[in-house]
Amino acid sequence: MSVDLELSDDQTLIRGLFTAFFAREAPTSVARASEPLGFDPVLWERIREIGAPGMGAPAVCGGGGAALGDLVVVTEALGRSIAPVPLVEHLVAARLLGTPDVVAGDVLATLAVRPATVRGRWRLVPAGAVGDVVVGLDGDELVSVRSTPPGKAPANHASAPLADRDARTGAREVIGTRAEFERARDEWKVLLAGALVGIASAALDLGVAYAKSRQQFGVPIGSFQAVQHGLADLPALVDGARLLAHKAAWAGERTEPGRCDADDNDVTDFSALASMAFLFATDAAARATDRSLHFHGGYGFSAEYDIQLYYRRARGWPLVLDDPGRECLRLADRLWGPPTGAAAMHAPGER
Amino acid sequence: MHLESGDVDFELPPPMQEYRRQIKRIIAETVTPADIDLQHETGTFNCPALNRALAEHGLIERAVPGLGVGDPIELWMLFNELEKAAVPMDGLGVAVMIAGVVNHVGTEWQQEQILPSILGGEALVCMGLSEPDNGSDLASATTRAVRDGDGWVINGAKMWTTMAHAARWLVLLTRTDLDAPKHRGLTMFILPTDTPGITVEPVLTMGTERTNATFYDDVRVGDEWVLGDVNGGWQVLGVALAFERGVMGGTNPAVPLLRRFGAWARATGVVNDPITRERMARVAIDNEVAALLTQRTASIAARGGLPGLEGSMTKVFASEAYVKAAHWFQELAGPDGLLQLHEPGAAADGWIEADARHAPVTTIQGGTSEINRNNIAERHLGLPRSAGRE
Repeated sequence: MSVDLELSDDQTLIRGLFTAFFAREAPTSVARASEPLGFDPVLWERIREIGAPGMGAPAVCGGGGAALGDLVVVTEALGRSIAPVPLVEHLVAARLLGTPDVVAGDVLATLAVRPATVRGRWRLVPAGAVGDVVVGLDGDELVSVRSTPPGKAPANHASAPLADRDARTGAREVIGTRAEFERARDEWKVLLAGALVGIASAALDLGVAYAKSRQQFGVPIGSFQAVQHGLADLPALVDGARLLAHKAAWAGERTEPGRCDADDNDVTDFSALASMAFLFATDAAARATDRSLHFHGGYGFSAEYDIQLYYRRARGWPLVLDDPGRECLRLADRLWGPPTGAAAMHAPGER
Repeated sequence: MHLESGDVDFELPPPMQEYRRQIKRIIAETVTPADIDLQHETGTFNCPALNRALAEHGLIERAVPGLGVGDPIELWMLFNELEKAAVPMDGLGVAVMIAGVVNHVGTEWQQEQILPSILGGEALVCMGLSEPDNGSDLASATTRAVRDGDGWVINGAKMWTTMAHAARWLVLLTRTDLDAPKHRGLTMFILPTDTPGITVEPVLTMGTERTNATFYDDVRVGDEWVLGDVNGGWQVLGVALAFERGVMGGTNPAVPLLRRFGAWARATGVVNDPITRERMARVAIDNEVAALLTQRTASIAARGGLPGLEGSMTKVFASEAYVKAAHWFQELAGPDGLLQLHEPGAAADGWIEADARHAPVTTIQGGTSEINRNNIAERHLGLPRSAGRE
């Protein structure tokens, strides 16, 4: 994405390829059929065949060396299809690990986005039910642990392959520091923001299509301003979330130190922008799915219609990190420094 | 200023950064705290010294749509910097927009008469569009312009003619054909405000800014003051609104709000409160998104597009977010958030209270949120035209 805020030629190409790929290989019937686990091994095999698992890994490891901005384009396409494969987590883990089997996607890697408990337990790891390798923080160490995934997930809101994993059982290797973990988690926030933009955009399209076709009182419900105005707020959220995700991705590739000048609305710091992109896309996806579902009337909450699939994932995908309000506090720390005095006790943190 | 395509870059190119620094420098050297106070005392949101300084550096001409060196991009950057600095800019905004319209549809004679005074930072422009009974439905304007020999006689009344008391030029929407469909019977004029028959009455507002009601009694003008085509007033209005919405300020009003609130919150220790911190963070995010949406709008215009819908989306998002932010910060300030400018103990020296009064104005002026949502729903989302609207 350039300063005129359009996708680059390469990104336009990637978007075309992946949008077509997911439309062909992962219509929403695939997401539906994957429930309750939320993982489709056949789709993962297709993903593997096109070389997507390693496209963000460094070229020296045999990866595609794609920039974060290119990967955001990929995850947006994935989000539009709510494709039941943990590509967001795998892309991030593959950039850290770079081993041939992970780069090729022969083994599934994931990121524990919350630190391990003192007993070395990672709670509700995204793709924890299916990941062969889990990368995450244990104490102050970034570790990778290879162990057999449980293959099943506790029943959950998003039908996501969540599972608890052990940070100390299995083939464990220290691969980095807390700082490197935080960097990886920021990348995850940005790629997940891309996926949430996809959800928001698909939910808006579903809502608009329904409002045009559904007739009540002899006219399409989309001719009622109450419905029109509820939908009209959404494109700015979708577009804004996409722009912000791409700005964060751009910041993540820069070598210069970023700026955190909220007073002048001048923020180029990667970690701050990653939080912003994550939070705004979370909100955009929540609101787009909420309104779209609502304008479907009773069909919105009927299992047969797709909007409920999007609605649940819009909440389930980001909430594996934390309450968005607490993520706001982390952003505030980044922008204005940590709180001081007694109030600091209420601030969240992992220290 | 040309924007390179292709490379991934959210950092502005060096010449644009230099342009931005130049604007910041001019603001810092020209606008005093007294100038900013003055606008709140007089209600006239304009700073003549700033306009002249910008003109001396050629920055007004450079920003005028269609005339400037980099037009939409520089226009966006100029007004974004003015807005972030919270300096008086409403007068300049209308003047620059109308300069763009005159440049786009005006006759050579009109351009000679009008443009130098605007580009020199000397003259302001006011717009007579809304009427007492016609606001969002501008096409129902009833102010009449009737042929009289070679000229016209105008009679009627306009509302919200902001800056009429300070402006040299007036843009006036009139009805010239009673029989044509309502959008096709309108003609735009541009007139000197001292034309006999025009009177200006102040209208005071909750949001501090003074606006006006203007009255037109047998105002006689020549044909040379018709702006655009006779009965082509709606098209002229479209050009003006396309220039206005989205890039000329009004898209980052919560930046100075956050800056002033943040300074107060740090000084008082309120900044340590987690509820305060969460809301400050959310406002910072909305500010960032509003800036990106505005840059996107400007970029579409720079490529030759007419980003009316993108501008509408940005306007609704930014003004609604501003209302939310002003409401949050006033509440977070508690009773101190009620105190007005320079009262002892006022939160952020009273700026929080001032923003809480000003914010609701922004979701109305320049096109209400509802009118913009109509446009987005029908022209961007392709929803059917709503019942009750022609």
